[in-house]
Amino acid sequence: MADHAATHAVHDPNIGNTGLDHRKMGMWAFLGSDCMFFGSLIGTYLAYKGKSISGPTPHDVFDIPLTSYSAALLLASSLTMVLALAALQDNRVKVAAWWLLATAAMGLHFVLNQVYEFWSFVTHHGLTLSTSLFGSTFFVLTGFHGAHVTGGVIWLLLLVSLAWRGKLDRRDYTKVEVAGLYWHFVDIVWIAIFTIIYLIP
Amino acid sequence: MIQQPRTVARLVKRLDWTRLGLLTAVLLLASACSAVGWNWDTPMSTVIPKSDFGKVTHDIFMLISWWTLGIFIVVEAALVYACWRFRERPGAPIPKQVHGHTVLEISWTIAFAVVLLIIAIPTIRVIFKTQEAPAATALRVEVHGKQWWWEFRYPQQKITTANELHLPVGQTVSFQLYAPDVIHSFWIPQLGGKRDVVPHRVNHITLTPEVAGEYPGQCAEYCGMSHANMRFRVIVHEPAEFEKWVKAQQAPPVDSPDALAQQGKTLFTQSTCVGCHTINGISAGHIGPDLTHFASRKTFAGSLMNTTPDNLTKWIEDPAHMKPGALMPNLGMKGEQSKALAAYLLSLK
Amino acid sequence: MATHAAFMPGAKVEAPTFWGAVASWLTTVDHKRIGILYGSSAFIFFLIGGIEALIMRLQLARPDNTLVSAQTFNELFTMHGTTMVFLAIMPMSAAFFNYMIPLMIGARDVAFPRLNALSYWIFISGGLFLHVSFLAKAVPDGGWFGYANLTSHQFSPTHSIDFWMLGLQILGISSMLAGFNFLVTIINMRAPGMSLMRMTVFIWMSFVTQFLIVLAFPAITVALILLMFDRFFGTLFYSPAAGGDPLLWQHLFWIFGHPEVYILILPAMGIVSEVLPTFARKPLFGAPVIIYSGITIGFFGFGVWSHHMFSVGMGPVADAAFSITTMLIAVPTGVKILNWLCTLWGGSIRFQVPLYFSLGFIAMFTMGGLSGVMHASPPVDLQQTDTYFVVAHFHYVLFGGSIFGLFSGAYYWWPKITGKLLDERLGKVHFWLMMLGFNVTFFPQHYLGLIGMPRRIYTYAGDLGWNFWNLVSTIGAFTIALSFLVFIYNVIKTTRAGKVASADPWDGRTLEWSIPSPPPIYNFARVPEVQDRDDFWLQKHGDGHGGAPRPRPAPVTAAEIAAIHMPPSSFWPILLALAMAMMISGLLISMYQVIVGGLLTLYLMYKFAMEHHRPADGHGH
Repeated sequence: MADHAATHAVHDPNIGNTGLDHRKMGMWAFLGSDCMFFGSLIGTYLAYKGKSISGPTPHDVFDIPLTSYSAALLLASSLTMVLALAALQDNRVKVAAWWLLATAAMGLHFVLNQVYEFWSFVTHHGLTLSTSLFGSTFFVLTGFHGAHVTGGVIWLLLLVSLAWRGKLDRRDYTKVEVAGLYWHFVDIVWIAIFTIIYLIP
Repeated sequence: MIQQPRTVARLVKRLDWTRLGLLTAVLLLASACSAVGWNWDTPMSTVIPKSDFGKVTHDIFMLISWWTLGIFIVVEAALVYACWRFRERPGAPIPKQVHGHTVLEISWTIAFAVVLLIIAIPTIRVIFKTQEAPAATALRVEVHGKQWWWEFRYPQQKITTANELHLPVGQTVSFQLYAPDVIHSFWIPQLGGKRDVVPHRVNHITLTPEVAGEYPGQCAEYCGMSHANMRFRVIVHEPAEFEKWVKAQQAPPVDSPDALAQQGKTLFTQSTCVGCHTINGISAGHIGPDLTHFASRKTFAGSLMNTTPDNLTKWIEDPAHMKPGALMPNLGMKGEQSKALAAYLLSLK
Repeated sequence: MATHAAFMPGAKVEAPTFWGAVASWLTTVDHKRIGILYGSSAFIFFLIGGIEALIMRLQLARPDNTLVSAQTFNELFTMHGTTMVFLAIMPMSAAFFNYMIPLMIGARDVAFPRLNALSYWIFISGGLFLHVSFLAKAVPDGGWFGYANLTSHQFSPTHSIDFWMLGLQILGISSMLAGFNFLVTIINMRAPGMSLMRMTVFIWMSFVTQFLIVLAFPAITVALILLMFDRFFGTLFYSPAAGGDPLLWQHLFWIFGHPEVYILILPAMGIVSEVLPTFARKPLFGAPVIIYSGITIGFFGFGVWSHHMFSVGMGPVADAAFSITTMLIAVPTGVKILNWLCTLWGGSIRFQVPLYFSLGFIAMFTMGGLSGVMHASPPVDLQQTDTYFVVAHFHYVLFGGSIFGLFSGAYYWWPKITGKLLDERLGKVHFWLMMLGFNVTFFPQHYLGLIGMPRRIYTYAGDLGWNFWNLVSTIGAFTIALSFLVFIYNVIKTTRAGKVASADPWDGRTLEWSIPSPPPIYNFARVPEVQDRDDFWLQKHGDGHGGAPRPRPAPVTAAEIAAIHMPPSSFWPILLALAMAMMISGLLISMYQVIVGGLLTLYLMYKFAMEHHRPADGHGH
């Protein structure tokens, strides 16, 4: 029993006594922390909802069709992420790379949509960070989410680059899986933000 | 190499530090328990309450104090006793490896929870009782806490004053608390607990002073440079005296014939003073304290200083020197000017 | 890759050059060295915070004193609180997490050694950043709790609040990274046979602490981000004029702040839970209950935060609710004291210095806990909050509790870490001076609070009855300082010529005592197999029911040692920490520095991640 554990440890130092990979566990710990982070930001948004003294209201500015499209993009990108992992599992590295690229592309599209949305709020509606409580809470909450997506896109593109250079294969499954966990989390947070901020009146 | 003096080294080696420490601890404890030096009847004492609010919270404080004292004595005595009784004797075997005792552990958990229940019940009751809406007959006072002084307005009597709060004994007073700049805390220890003044909200505190007298108050939430200097005085009068005070405050400002005071009045009306201060019928500034009856107050500048010609002159000449960070600007008044202004203010009884 | 030949007994290792030694410390990923780095840094910051306290006490020794200005005093209490909480107690606990957690769970290192080093270097850059404010003459002065809207640009126009705000963000990142690391380490790197309930109590308390860190810090991160956006980018989060609520800050801060105080006390409770059984020669009484209490405290610690806000006018329902939750949490906290008492009861108590400090912990923490129970009642608290009564309370739990506990750990584990035993007599002098000084300083503050002395005041009038006991308190503070001089002298004396320690100088119960003092870099030559919480004790003494001691494992072979792989040193952690410091400090200097620092950070993160991707020796993972 002890021998098995010992030899197992020598073979893969990333697997611990629970049989789980350290890095996956570490990512779950980080995501738990990030939940509290977004929870605090969403809580702040809700605390100040309807309390703005002046400035455009959510109803005035929100473009629900556009943001629904963005939500669909992220959801689809979670699917392509899963497909990338499935391909990697079979050591079909090139296919995995394309799926990762698709994921990154949809993430990038999401961010660009958001940049457009922010720009139109500022220029067409005069809503900025300092216009009102709505401006402050909206931009900071969705901005930080967008920053998380951007970080994810960069990470995915790096993985694509590694794959194309022959430096990624089935042995790196856990590394890509960890990126996947992060990506799915970012997607789920968007579902929450989209529902609470955009959909609920 | 640090050379310890030989005598110190020998002292360290020879003294039984444990017995010495224990002896010191016992002596200290004995002296702490003695009443010497623990005078409770001080101007800002919280344990000799002079209002209904203060009394009802003091009762809970005493209840908790007795229980915690009891627990303290039991626990510390048990600790000391265990250390003495179970100290290692030479040649003693390894003691019995006891891992726990479920019944004992459950019992003391329940016992502790019961003590807390005994504390919780009156606590909840008093929370709700002391935050009830005041009767319509209550005297209303608006408190505006500003860096670093207190404004008091009596809307029913149409009086505005600063730093000295006058109240009638035996009448319930309902305070509405406002904070035009940052968070402060309104606290008159002898009359009860504190309530913060918070920007963007109106807080309330209701109490009935029961003993006439003078009670200091102080801001109790860090609010910047001169937080320590944001004090005030509360004077609780017999009802007749209070009415006299109200009438005096409602009267128009005194127009003293004194030459220096008249000089000061002219200077006042021609200077930027009028932009910050109100003197009824003369100026209408709302940034600094209302000065209509300035000289009726024994202290000024957030009750930091006594109202004397010397203090007042020095204040006018350089406020920030007397009170760090004071927001009253240095207007460059010197010599005759500051003396004249001081004379004018001191005439505003 | 570390050469295995160096591990062989009798192998010749060349003494490093001075710069070689410096480089090896700057690039170390060894949890033991990182622990020593945390401990020494924390102690230096502790002394700095202590000097700040001494100056404050000198100013308050007499009424209307003019030793320091109002501004300086406000800076002193801000930095004293911030330093003691974030730069002294937390990293001192981190020193013990780093050094002891792998040893006590039978592991060779933490889950992410380079991340561990990164945490330390980020911590140091945060501590230094906070103190650069002294050089920049913009020392934080908003209190350690930085209440809005005093901290807004309007009321705090200088950079002082910026230093505080950004410094805390840096420190928060450090703590969270370490939290992730230790969580994975404790869950995933335990020796075979060590189920969760067989983990010793110090590990359990540390485990709960890591959960608190990773779940509570995000709240203050957000609070500080909102403040940063208000101050730098004109948002309105804490702006009353725009409808913002200053109480938002208080809620977010205390949602972090209350779990934070458990972060500060649980490790010390863990240490005491190790020291008492060792010196009483009995197991911890009711260890499972202490473990469950720790978990309960961690969980419910998130439900009491507004007991710091009883005076803000939340209304009777909220006041009552938080009063009840606060009283509830007193139960698991309080019963631990009785468990510790019963550990001593029936034991055979050896009075050595580590035990003194643990006994001091119990005595002082009891007092602090009881004054805490008083604060749990809002009506009573309205008289006590923001007075010296609460200052007395939290110093009894944080100094009388955490600091005494941490010193207990220091004396206890000093032989394991350094291979030398601290002098017993000097240790006792330290203890009694500190005990005396501490009580003389803080016990009178209960009285001062009850007769109306508010907190955070740089001076006071002489006719309020506060003069004598303020002076006494100051004398006590200098007595505490004297006790630290004794400790420092003890450390220096021991380092130069102290008694050499064996592997197991205290007849300990847990795994760290089964390896040499100090341990070899790989800790355990053979990963131990564990059958009990007090496995090592049972190997030595048996179970006390007449059974023979467990058989000791067979001696380790050279081949086993040769097969050990330890992670190599790395310079990416310190470089990455520097880049992050450059980026964040750039917010106070220029946007170019932020951008360059940011790009550098991204680049170094990439290099850090890629360092062991496809290494040359073929250990692909």
